[in-house]
Amino acid sequence: MSLALRKRHVLGGASLDREAFSPAIPSATASMPRLSVDNVTLEYRTRQHVVKATQQVSFNVQEGDRFVLLGPSGCGKSTLLKAVAGFLTPAEGSIRLDGVTIQGPGPDRIVVFQEFDQLPPWKTVKQNVMFPLVASRSLSRKAAAQRALETLEKVGLSRFADAYPHTLSGGMKQRVAIARALAMRPRVLLMDEPFAALDALTRRKMQEELLALWEQEGFTLLFVTHSIEEAQVIGNRVLLLSPHPGRVRAELGCAEDSLHSLGSEATKSRTQTIHRLLFENEVAA
Amino acid sequence: MSVHDLRQPHDQRVDQFFELSAIDARELQVPRSIGQRLWDQSAIRKTVILVLLVVAWEIVARLQNNPLLLPSATDTVYALWNGLASGVLLARVSASLNVLLKGFALGAFLALALTTLAVSTRIGRDLLTTLTSMFSPLPAIALLPLALLWFGLGEASLIFVLVHSVLWAMAVNIHAGFQGVSETLRMAGRNYGLRGLRYVAFILIPAALPALLAGLKIGWAFAWRTLIAAELVFGASSGKGGLGWYIFQNRNELYTDNVFAGLVVVIVIGLLVETIVFNSVERLTVKRWGMVR
Repeated sequence: MSLALRKRHVLGGASLDREAFSPAIPSATASMPRLSVDNVTLEYRTRQHVVKATQQVSFNVQEGDRFVLLGPSGCGKSTLLKAVAGFLTPAEGSIRLDGVTIQGPGPDRIVVFQEFDQLPPWKTVKQNVMFPLVASRSLSRKAAAQRALETLEKVGLSRFADAYPHTLSGGMKQRVAIARALAMRPRVLLMDEPFAALDALTRRKMQEELLALWEQEGFTLLFVTHSIEEAQVIGNRVLLLSPHPGRVRAELGCAEDSLHSLGSEATKSRTQTIHRLLFENEVAA
Repeated sequence: MSVHDLRQPHDQRVDQFFELSAIDARELQVPRSIGQRLWDQSAIRKTVILVLLVVAWEIVARLQNNPLLLPSATDTVYALWNGLASGVLLARVSASLNVLLKGFALGAFLALALTTLAVSTRIGRDLLTTLTSMFSPLPAIALLPLALLWFGLGEASLIFVLVHSVLWAMAVNIHAGFQGVSETLRMAGRNYGLRGLRYVAFILIPAALPALLAGLKIGWAFAWRTLIAAELVFGASSGKGGLGWYIFQNRNELYTDNVFAGLVVVIVIGLLVETIVFNSVERLTVKRWGMVR
């Protein structure tokens, strides 16, 4: 597994220093987290104030994790994800990918956004999947087209390779966005409430598909959601964040919870635990 | 009646299930009549409007019966035919178009450069907004005397005023288009590692294409107007004048039908560029991509 992943890593066109680093100390690679967020405080500026979105948040994502950031709105989970993506710089603390501090956005961390307009409308589905591969100069145009078709096959959209995004349904657009991210073989796949704008039936289907893709591909996932159920279904670990500012309330393992265990006692009791951790302060207040 | 009574103790309704029979596919899609489909074509509707206008013109001209003031549509077509046959009109058109395209292209290029600067730096944005609010209200024709002083009687002066008339209107449009690009799309582009000019070329320009095309259209119309007006004022440069000059000359000699022929040519070129060039570009790009209906 780890060998396969390292091979993918090479194909993904990661930077050379990391390449030289990882084979030299294999034991360190195994224990070093893929992504480490260390004491990160994030702020954003409004006209009058500097607002603290998260305060000293720390967590580690291991290779192959499905790590979920869960919290009510205003807990800074999306802001954290944007910081990992490199769109924001932490005011305090550091974010490291394979031990290298993140400096700005890059194609080794592809984001799947919630909004449907993340796909450039002037590119067909296939061109959209090729776009980051070509733009980041990871692959030649021909190889990128090949990879795009393979990935579209996996998300079941081969038939729509030449369609323009505006002709697709919301669920299909998100599938294209996922295919686009997977085709890049990123070190971490970042998802910012990717299914929140979908109807409930489609959302359920997309969750199943995402898990199936994870089984197949074994990518490392950082997933943001405000739904407890979605967090339990998608994640193997969940980080609970309190709102205003976002602080870590708990980090739980929930690998046993799945779409099929939603009725089980263990899953239900974990749901209760999470609910209590997230909302007990509100009830008290 | 209390709330309690509203709830029935035993719901009398039973669960129901329905067998669905196959539906004849022909019932689902009924073809519309040819007349309706033809009327859906905007070209046909526009042609009808044009024909009605020409007929109205012909009627008014016949009633007036004064070809010196208002030549009829038939007179104008005749004059147009003569002008085209003798080659004079075509030479004038090509002289005008030659200058027009140069000025338009230069203005469009400068507008793009200025807006690119404006989206990349804050000072660039201030530069753009200040310059446009200063120069946009200034009529190009008002600059003509100055242009003549600087560049002399010739093409350079015309191109100068053309650039002035095209640049600001287009820059405002393109800049508005760039600013309207969605935040998600911007982040996606940066996520791919695009930066600087590549970011502008691969994300901003295509994403702002509807506004860009609108800017080009407006620029084109402004350019035409300015050019014809400028030629009316100083006419020929180095012996070969443009359409404006043609109109001016014929008015001086009271060939009103020729004046009308010249005006018709201006209108026809405008219509052709609009319907053939701009509409095809839109159909192949922004309409195909679903960005504009």
